Amino acid sequence: VMDEGAGLSLAIAQVVRRLKATRLHSQLEREAKVSVPPRRAAAPHRAAPRRSSLTRSPCWERKLQNAVYRELHVLPPPGHPAASPEHAKEPLAYMREAQAGWERRILKSLNSMSTELGVPLARKRPAPEQKELSNKWNEMGTDEPGHLYLQGGRVHPVLCSSQVLISLRNPNHDRSEEVGAQSQWGLIQVPLNVQDVAQMREAFADLALNIGQLGIDDHTHVPAGMELSDFLFHQHFYTLTTQDSAAAQQYSRQGCPTGLRAELWALILNSTNEPEDILNYDQLKAGVIQYDLLVDNLIYKDVKLTASNDDYYFVFEDFLYQVLLCFSRDTTVLEHFSYNSATPPKSYIQGKAGEEDYVVVYPPNGVIPFHGFSMYVAPLCFLYNEPCKLYSVFKEMYIRYFFRLHSISSSPSGIVSLCLQFERLLQTHLPQLFYHLREIGAQPLRIAFKWMVRAFSGYLSTDQLLLLWDRILGYDSLEIVAVLAAAVFAFRAENLMEVTSLSSAEAVLADLSTLKVMPLLQIFLFATVI
Amino acid sequence: MIIEPVDCVVKAPVSLQIGDSIRPGVYVIDINFPNGQAVKIQEIQFKNYYTAFLTVRVLKMEDPGHDSTVKWVTALRDLQLMPNPHSEAGSQDYFAVHKHQMLVEMNDVSTIRLILRQPSAAWLNFTIDEIKIYKCLKEESEIDVPNWLSNLTPVEESSDLQGLPDPENVSSSIQQMWALTEIMQSNRTTVSIGRFDVKGCYEINLLSYS
Repeated sequence: VMDEGAGLSLAIAQVVRRLKATRLHSQLEREAKVSVPPRRAAAPHRAAPRRSSLTRSPCWERKLQNAVYRELHVLPPPGHPAASPEHAKEPLAYMREAQAGWERRILKSLNSMSTELGVPLARKRPAPEQKELSNKWNEMGTDEPGHLYLQGGRVHPVLCSSQVLISLRNPNHDRSEEVGAQSQWGLIQVPLNVQDVAQMREAFADLALNIGQLGIDDHTHVPAGMELSDFLFHQHFYTLTTQDSAAAQQYSRQGCPTGLRAELWALILNSTNEPEDILNYDQLKAGVIQYDLLVDNLIYKDVKLTASNDDYYFVFEDFLYQVLLCFSRDTTVLEHFSYNSATPPKSYIQGKAGEEDYVVVYPPNGVIPFHGFSMYVAPLCFLYNEPCKLYSVFKEMYIRYFFRLHSISSSPSGIVSLCLQFERLLQTHLPQLFYHLREIGAQPLRIAFKWMVRAFSGYLSTDQLLLLWDRILGYDSLEIVAVLAAAVFAFRAENLMEVTSLSSAEAVLADLSTLKVMPLLQIFLFATVI
Repeated sequence: MIIEPVDCVVKAPVSLQIGDSIRPGVYVIDINFPNGQAVKIQEIQFKNYYTAFLTVRVLKMEDPGHDSTVKWVTALRDLQLMPNPHSEAGSQDYFAVHKHQMLVEMNDVSTIRLILRQPSAAWLNFTIDEIKIYKCLKEESEIDVPNWLSNLTPVEESSDLQGLPDPENVSSSIQQMWALTEIMQSNRTTVSIGRFDVKGCYEINLLSYS
């Protein structure tokens, strides 16, 4: 409960500090210098009013607005001054400990992988190898990484398992008696706040039955005398011409028209594709060519096991390698650890163990890819065919949303909350089904966890997945993923009531590619009496 | 500018309970200032640990002229620290209660009594930690312009300043330079140039566990 004015000025200071480090700031400054006569430019107090007249020009004003809007979305509100940076990452101490314990296990498995294979975590490639890789940059998937890379067979993927979440406990929580009888039903035993159905209805009010949704009502007529899809197309098209990030986000709650989705998402994420971005991407590419990392093998393995086997995504194999390898070298990703409960792994340069000057983060972006990681990128390949553009949208999606799906935190979009949200929704909507599945040893979360960890990528058909992700962006939250998981169970409830084992329950829910996302969500949230 | 919290003695929490209930729902923490001094309080900061509601009562000297009249008054009633007492939100957050939020003037306070309540039986224990009390500062200090600069106001022109530049010009150009250096200082950013190697090397064998 900080003094409101103080809180606001802290937030403004934070945004200003961050914007000063951006390209936009130098662009504005350059522009200001051009528009202000040189003699006056020397006097900063005179340049100031000029600068405001500059921002009154619509293009720059919009750019500045979008940049501020982005900062406000990405950064958590500045915490209490007395709070430690650790506390800003995650306020609950036992969550931090669980995350740290999980990280230690990953570190151990990476270290032992490196020892077993006799391969260092990172090494500089010799010049001929660099040249070879650079020549086949666009066809990395075509031949099995022969002598260049390790045989995939011996690399074990890092798994992200629900077991860690199930064993999470709050040491101060009383479990001796039937305090929260409801919570004993499910697998998640931590007392996080999750929204109940009434709160969900309010939060997702724009999904209500009377509001047109792309994905259901595409061909219904709206008052303007055209079909909804055409109407939204015009509306979105206008948003694109005005380049208004906030408006684009609001409209994407109704779904983005297929033809405009790529541009709209880029606008919502404020991912501008400027010459500097291309330079940046080239720098990352140089980092890939220069150094060989052990985590590269995790990426290869993951792409081979997931996207390459997928009917929709196998064509994008080369794109996935490029984007994921560049991502692992991107040190700007490290910024997101200020609000992520995870901490990047540390190491020392070979032969310099213990020397503070030689501490490095490994991999350079601090993110160890786990099994299924490439599925965060794969659907985006449908939208962007330039690797650079694809890359910047993916990176922004990752540091805003996807990281929450594999770090243990109390955030409402974090995987723990999503699991709990899913269990609670199912318990409230379909108590009998929940009870039945629990009795036959098929806890619903055991089936739904994999969907949620990947935000349904690889489970739904692509058009449906993109409609779902429209809403993630529109509501700036992953909670919709938990709602969909529960809605899928509700949709197959009749069949599930007849199964008698986990494997037959899994069989009932094995193929989600025929599901229509929007009707499921709408019916589950708004047309079910509880 | 770093303001140090006031020295104070935070006593151990005392539980209030009737009969043999398993766990108390109310704790009381008293805070005294050394040597019986009375303090004008600006802000109380603390870190919550599963307390749902906080009430603050203070022992105030009613009329500083006559030392005998001290009186307990309620300064804050049931501030909700956890939006839902049964679940985690707010349970381990930092809070600050500013004097503007108090129901009474926080002058001449000799003892603070914090009354903590947790109606939910879900938690084994609750308290508040890291309590810090901040005093009101005497005045808002002005730090905008260094003294030597504000003294550079044009002096009446005297005859022995012949041949020297106009003091007004000098002072304004110094002010400009000063403003420029301020801008340069505040413009210093933390942009990284995106290199992940150290001195051209990124060869790594093992990850460190610490």
